Amino acid sequence: MLSYILKRIFFIVPVLLGVSFIVFLIMRVFSPDPSIGESGAGKYATQEQRMAWREERGLNAPIPLQFLSFVGGAITGDLGESYKTKIPVTEEIFARFPATVEIALTSMLIASFFGILMGVISSVKRNSIVDRMVMLLSSLGTSVPVFWIAIMATIFFSGDLHLLPSGDIMNQCLVVDTITGFYSVDTLLTGNFDAFLDFIRHLILPAFTLSLHSMSVIARITRSSMIDTLAQDYIRTARAKGLGEREVVLNHALRNALIPVVTVIGLQLGTLFGGAVLVETVFSWPGIGGYVVESVLNSDFPVVQAVVLLVAVVFTLTNLIMDIIYAALNPKIKFTKEGTS
Amino acid sequence: MKEKSNEEILIHTKTSAGFNFKMRRAFESFKKNKTALFFSFVIVFLIFLAVFGRSITPYDPNMQQRNASHQGVSEKHWFGTDEHGRDILSRVIDGTRVSIFVGLFAVSISLFAGVLFGAIGGYYGGKIDNIIMRIMDVVLAIPSMLLAICLMAALGRGIDKAVIAIGIVSIPDYAMIIRGSMLSEKENDYVQAAKIMGVRDFFLIFRTILPNIASSIIVRGTLGVSSAILDVAGLGFLGLGVQPPNAEWGDMLGRSRNFMLIFPHEVFFPGVAIFVTVLAFNLFGDGLRDALDPRSEL
Repeated sequence: MLSYILKRIFFIVPVLLGVSFIVFLIMRVFSPDPSIGESGAGKYATQEQRMAWREERGLNAPIPLQFLSFVGGAITGDLGESYKTKIPVTEEIFARFPATVEIALTSMLIASFFGILMGVISSVKRNSIVDRMVMLLSSLGTSVPVFWIAIMATIFFSGDLHLLPSGDIMNQCLVVDTITGFYSVDTLLTGNFDAFLDFIRHLILPAFTLSLHSMSVIARITRSSMIDTLAQDYIRTARAKGLGEREVVLNHALRNALIPVVTVIGLQLGTLFGGAVLVETVFSWPGIGGYVVESVLNSDFPVVQAVVLLVAVVFTLTNLIMDIIYAALNPKIKFTKEGTS
Repeated sequence: MKEKSNEEILIHTKTSAGFNFKMRRAFESFKKNKTALFFSFVIVFLIFLAVFGRSITPYDPNMQQRNASHQGVSEKHWFGTDEHGRDILSRVIDGTRVSIFVGLFAVSISLFAGVLFGAIGGYYGGKIDNIIMRIMDVVLAIPSMLLAICLMAALGRGIDKAVIAIGIVSIPDYAMIIRGSMLSEKENDYVQAAKIMGVRDFFLIFRTILPNIASSIIVRGTLGVSSAILDVAGLGFLGLGVQPPNAEWGDMLGRSRNFMLIFPHEVFFPGVAIFVTVLAFNLFGDGLRDALDPRSEL
C-alpha cells in the first residue's frame, strides 16, 4: 500500500509539470502581448515603453528560459507578481483561495449528502414514483446552467422573499480578524458568532446552487451502484438471515455501493472549481474564481498561470486521496508492479 | 492507393452487417422510449430554429430601440426587451444558432481527436498509449471550464474560437472512453483473426473495430453536445463568448444580470432556452444509451 501511495505521488510530478507547460504555452506563447492594455505598459505606451515593460518582467527572454524560470519560481513558491496590482501573486491568491475552498467544500458536502441520500432512496424504491422523481430531478440538475439557477435563486430568495443576502461573503459592517484566512474558522476562533452566522447566511445560496450538478451525478451513480449491490447474493443471504431492511441497506449494501461513488466525488471537485468561477461571479464571492476571470480579461497572465496551477495541484491531490480511499475500501484491489489491478 | 484485399472486404461486409443489425434493433428500442422520442423532436425543432431562426424572428435581433428598453412581457414583445430595447424573443431564437453550432462543431473536434488518440492508444498500447494517456492526464488535471477560459483569453472572442476552446478541453473524455472500448474490443476473436489474415492496422482500427464500439461513441457524443452548450453559455456569461452584438444565451444572461432584481424576465428567458436545449440533448442521449448500450446505464 505504501509503495502504491509513493508511486502515485511520484506520478503527480510529471502531471503538474505538464499542466505548467500547457498553461505557460497558452498564456505566454499563444496569447496577445500583455504589454498592450491597461494591465501592461498602458494603452497609449510607445513601442520603447512596451519593450522596457517586457524587459522588466523577463518577457523578452527566450521562451524555454522563461518556462524554466516559471517552474523554478513555482517550486520555491514565487509565482511572480500581478501585472495589474504589482502585488506578489502568491499573496493575492492565498488571500482569496480560502473563500473558494469554503464554497467548494461546502458544496461537495451538500452534494455528497443529498446525492447519496437520493440515490439510496431511489434504488430502494426502484421503479416507484419516488425513483422517477429522483431521476427526473437528477436530469434537471445536470441540465440547468449553474449561473442561471444562481441568478433565479437570488431573485427568489433575496429579491422576493428577502430571506438570504444576494451577494458578497459577509456584511461589510462586520469586521473579522484574519488568522487562517478561512472566514468560517476565523469567526469561530475569535468568538464572533454574529459574523459566523452572517457568513453562513451568505454561504447558503452559492453553495447550494454550486452543488446541484454534482448532487445529480452522485445520485445517479449511487442509484446505479446500489441497484447492482442489492442484487448480490450476500444481500439475499443477509435478508434470509432475518436482518431488517434498514440494516441490510445501510450496513451491508451501502458500504459496498459507496466504493465507486468515492471516485466520482473526487472527480466532481473539478466541476465544482469550474462552477465556482461562474457562481463566484454571480454572488461577488471574493474567491479565486471571480479573480481569475478578472485576470483573464486584464491579460494578467502570472495570476492566471498561478491559479490554474494551484487548482490543478488541489484537484490532483484530491483525486490521489480518493484513489487511496478507494483502494483501502475495496478489497478486490491488489497492488501490482504497475500499480493497481 | 493499395487495393483492398478479399479478406478486408469480407471483414468489412461482416462488421457492417452486424453494425446495421445492431442499429436497427436500437432504433426499435429507442422508439419505445417516449421521453427520448419527445426530446428528439425538440432537438429537431431547435435545429430548425438554428437554421431558419433569422427569417422567423418577429424583429431584427440586433435592432436597438432606445425608447423601448427594459419593457416587460407584452403582446408586442412576448419575452420583453433588453436594456437596448432589443426584442428578447428574437434574440433567444437567434441565439439557438450559436448554441447548436458550437455544440455540434465542438463535439466534432473532440470526437475526431478523441477517436484518433483513443483508438491508436488502445490498439497499439505500450509506449504510444502511455504518451497519449499521460498527455490526457495533464489536460484532465485542469478543470475544463478553467482551461476553456484560458484558451479563450489566448485565442480571443468569437464563435469559432469558442468552438476550438470547448472542443479541445473535451478531447480527453472521448479519448479515455474510446481507448477503454478499444482495449476490450481488440481482444475479440474477430480482431485476432483479422490480424492473422494480415489486415492492415488502419483498416482494422477504423473500419472494423470502430463500428463495433460506435454505440458508446454516439452516446458520449450526444451527451457531449449538452456539455458544450453549457460551456459556451458559461463563457458567454463571463463575457468571453461571442462578439457583440450577436445574440448568445449566456452573453444575454451576463449582460442582464445587473438588472435581475428589477427586470427578472431579461434573465429568465435566455436561461430557460439553455436549460431546455441542454435537457433535450441529455434526455435524448440517455434514450440513445438505453437503446444502444444498455449495460452502461447510470
